[in-house]
Amino acid sequence: MAPTFSHTFNHPSYSGKVSFPVGLFIDGKFVDGSEGKLIDVLNPSNGKLIGQIAEASKADVDKAVAAAHTAFNESWGLKVPGFERGKLLIRLAELIEEHADALAAVEALDNGKAFAIAKSFDVTESAAVFRYYGGWADKLHGKVIETNPTKFGYTTHEPIGVVGQIIPWNFPFMMAAWKLGPALACGNTVVLKPSEFTPLSALYLCQLINEAGFPHGVVNILNGYGSTVGAAIAEHMGIEKVAFTGSTLVGRSIMKAAANSNLKKVTLELGGKSPNIIFDDADIEQAIRWTAFGMFFNHGQCCCAGSRVYVQASIYDKFVEQFKAHVQTLKVGDPFDKETFQGPQVSQIQFDRIMGYIEHGKEAGATVALGGKRHGTEGYFIEPTVFTDVKPEMKIVQEEIFGPVVVLAKFEDEDDIVHQANDTVYGLAAAVFSSNVSRALTVAQRLRAGTVWVNHYNKLHPQIPFGGFKQSGIGRELGKYALANYTNVKAVQVNLTDKL
Amino acid sequence: MAFSATVHFPQRQKGLLIPTGLFINNRFVASSDGSTIKAINPATEEVICEVQSASAKDIDLAVDAARKAFTTTWGKHVTPTERARLMFKLADLMQRDQQQLADLESLNNGKPNRFARDADIGDSIACLRYYAGWADKNYGQYIELDEQQKFAFTKHEPIGVCGQIIPWNYPIQMWAWKVGPALATGCTIVMKPSELTPLTALKLCELVIEAGFPPGVINCVPSLGSVGGAALSAHPGVDKVAFTGSTITGRKIMEAAAKSNLKKVSLELGGKSPSIIFNSVDLDQAATWTAFGILWNSGQDCTAGSRLYVQEGIYDKFIKILVEKASQFKIASAWEDDVAGGPLISKAQFDKVWNYIEEGKREGAKCVLGGQKLAGKGYFVPPTIFVDVKPNMKIVKEEARACRIFGPVLSVAKFSTEEEGIALANDTTYGLAAAVHSNDQAQCNRVANALQAGTVWINAYCLLYNNVPFGGFKQSGIGRELGSYALHEYTSVKAVHWNFGEKLDWPL
Repeated sequence: MAPTFSHTFNHPSYSGKVSFPVGLFIDGKFVDGSEGKLIDVLNPSNGKLIGQIAEASKADVDKAVAAAHTAFNESWGLKVPGFERGKLLIRLAELIEEHADALAAVEALDNGKAFAIAKSFDVTESAAVFRYYGGWADKLHGKVIETNPTKFGYTTHEPIGVVGQIIPWNFPFMMAAWKLGPALACGNTVVLKPSEFTPLSALYLCQLINEAGFPHGVVNILNGYGSTVGAAIAEHMGIEKVAFTGSTLVGRSIMKAAANSNLKKVTLELGGKSPNIIFDDADIEQAIRWTAFGMFFNHGQCCCAGSRVYVQASIYDKFVEQFKAHVQTLKVGDPFDKETFQGPQVSQIQFDRIMGYIEHGKEAGATVALGGKRHGTEGYFIEPTVFTDVKPEMKIVQEEIFGPVVVLAKFEDEDDIVHQANDTVYGLAAAVFSSNVSRALTVAQRLRAGTVWVNHYNKLHPQIPFGGFKQSGIGRELGKYALANYTNVKAVQVNLTDKL
Repeated sequence: MAFSATVHFPQRQKGLLIPTGLFINNRFVASSDGSTIKAINPATEEVICEVQSASAKDIDLAVDAARKAFTTTWGKHVTPTERARLMFKLADLMQRDQQQLADLESLNNGKPNRFARDADIGDSIACLRYYAGWADKNYGQYIELDEQQKFAFTKHEPIGVCGQIIPWNYPIQMWAWKVGPALATGCTIVMKPSELTPLTALKLCELVIEAGFPPGVINCVPSLGSVGGAALSAHPGVDKVAFTGSTITGRKIMEAAAKSNLKKVSLELGGKSPSIIFNSVDLDQAATWTAFGILWNSGQDCTAGSRLYVQEGIYDKFIKILVEKASQFKIASAWEDDVAGGPLISKAQFDKVWNYIEEGKREGAKCVLGGQKLAGKGYFVPPTIFVDVKPNMKIVKEEARACRIFGPVLSVAKFSTEEEGIALANDTTYGLAAAVHSNDQAQCNRVANALQAGTVWINAYCLLYNNVPFGGFKQSGIGRELGSYALHEYTSVKAVHWNFGEKLDWPL
């Protein structure tokens, strides 16, 4: 009997009971892992065990791929018109909205993000993403291309087949939506591996996938470790495309495995060390609020976090003082407390890593302007931390910390800052704050990043693409652009009159 | 409800309460001059009820309401996501009330109840969902100029207040085809349904309220064409008019648009659509599609395949099978079990069609099926086929006429070569649809390329899809409905040139 996860929530912000199967979701059914193993699920707010889920092995990945393959050939893919696929995706969006409270509560419990934010942002945006891609499903036009009168040429945009998707723990539910939406809209079938740190909300989604009416085998969700399940997906000869969001290090290994196996198509959303540039003519109060949001939202666990903040010299001191004061108003605490902005980091490993970077910063001689310590005595909470007096070569300036740690530095002029901002192997995002639109747009033109925000930070939309330049990734998610990741273009050339 | 009536349907226990006022600003109101229209049941020739009929003053009120909504709660004041949400909701409500709407459609239009429900309304629900999906995907372009100094981009903005004038042959479906792309792009609407079939358009407006559309976004004002239609076409406050109906009315609308404020015009007009059957066909299939093409909706379809050209090698055999297929098409009351087509919509249409049939006989065309008036009430015309038709016969040529034969009447002629078939097919001022039936793939391609029509069916007829565009060549129309193409009709493109670095030398 596949395991079940049950939990009773009892908070002013949400009380209720959830209970749902947490086996492997293969071919529309929940099953045990073939090796009978389980993975512990911990509550990052206190480090305690809250349940166990089934762990998949390589053999289970094979089963899932087989189910996905059958579904692609018989009950999905080119057998189902786009309009029908769209209807199911839209129905799924509606079901997500009906279950918003329970989903947000599970997400807050498992990941540690604030319940209010999980509900108003993560779950809401996920439904919006499914609805958006539901609208694309019957609009995947090829082209008819005129060449000469002897030929009738056209392209069809077909699904690739079985796709593998590996998602991270920072936005567990939303990352599932970003991946499943376009893949299913285009007619692919999916084998998806959530993060072993945050498996619950994707498993809850499985019930809704069945209820919406997706044929069995179209979506398969397997939990397990990167080194077993993730690797099995990346190497699988039956998977023709893999999409990964996570660290650059793991992204490399996935691309290598794809190359060594069957040259499956690869898209990657990796890390970032995104520069946030504040000019002296910025609206300082707004810049401070957006900068804090850009760094500390989701506890600093955003690939696009504005983790390097550059303030023009003439306003630097004023900015630092006011920024510190503002950051201190961001409440760190229990995810189910409605005042909470920042919950715990997701795991002990992440906690240790971030604290390690904070130590590096101190040892390298940077100033801890704010924070720098653990928050509280249980769970993985870290105080919002601000470093000043940093040098470009410091680890805390070069490397992605993925926690609530920001570095602040000064710059003189536009040329200086464009150079500093672009001086990174990453290129995921960037921001410019200035009330002079010409200056803002000129700088935006020069920044080498996949998303450039002008006068705000960290706002994404299902309609606007997102992805990295340089080592921040390959390909784009969201918007119409994501469809290209899940499409095989076939050119059909019909000879009308040409004779040899 | 102030303006309402209760209507009753055969085979249903309960009557249905329906609104009969003009729908302006989310309210059902009286006509300002008290005029009314009688809605007739074409199967019984009896009056169903009366609805308020809009005067020119009511058109003004509706246009004002649409303008106000456009500048305050719709247009640029509503997000694409919200437009989509409301449209999905409207589609859901139509699905909830699908049978009820089908009953009302069958009562007023006469079409078979099961087709009204599953085809007309089923497709209409899908049409609204299709366009809801487009609402947040109407992209402009970013256009590189000189990266150091300037760039340009296009914004796809809603045109504004759109007058939409729809016909009586597919009342709900025509409502959906018009409303879908207009709402998706952010336009507001003054819809004038046909005076012959106003009832379902008004009933749908109850769902508009229930879905949550702000007042004034959709307004629906039944009226005579010469009153409401003319007022909309000439109105200085209407930015665009879309019309489906006869060619002669289409001309008047375009003229009024030109003379008033050069409002944008899109037209879906008539057709005299040819099917060409080559020797190589599967006779049974070709005959089935051909029968379907002229008999669906009792021939009251702008794409009706009313001219048939059969290659001489199979002519006699084909006619035989076709006559048999057509005679299996049951024309009767909407509520009968296996009915496939209902009555014609009105006495006027009925008389016109019979005049043509009589004319055809007088000109010497041979009638091999139908052609005889039926006894009893209702505007029923049986499937009618004329063969050995010559190109100069009036039943084939109708430039001189006010409108086409809009009924289940097919004219058949023989041809010998592919070139002749194509020439006969294209010999018309119309260009709405056409079909080629052949088992020779290269021939299918050649003929499809040569046919001057907005829709060409290869080995099929009649079936349209929400994601494939539809419209006419030549005098069959201007613009396209359905598919992504319909969005262009409701979009104004604004090019923005943003200079942030270029300074002009002066004097030049």
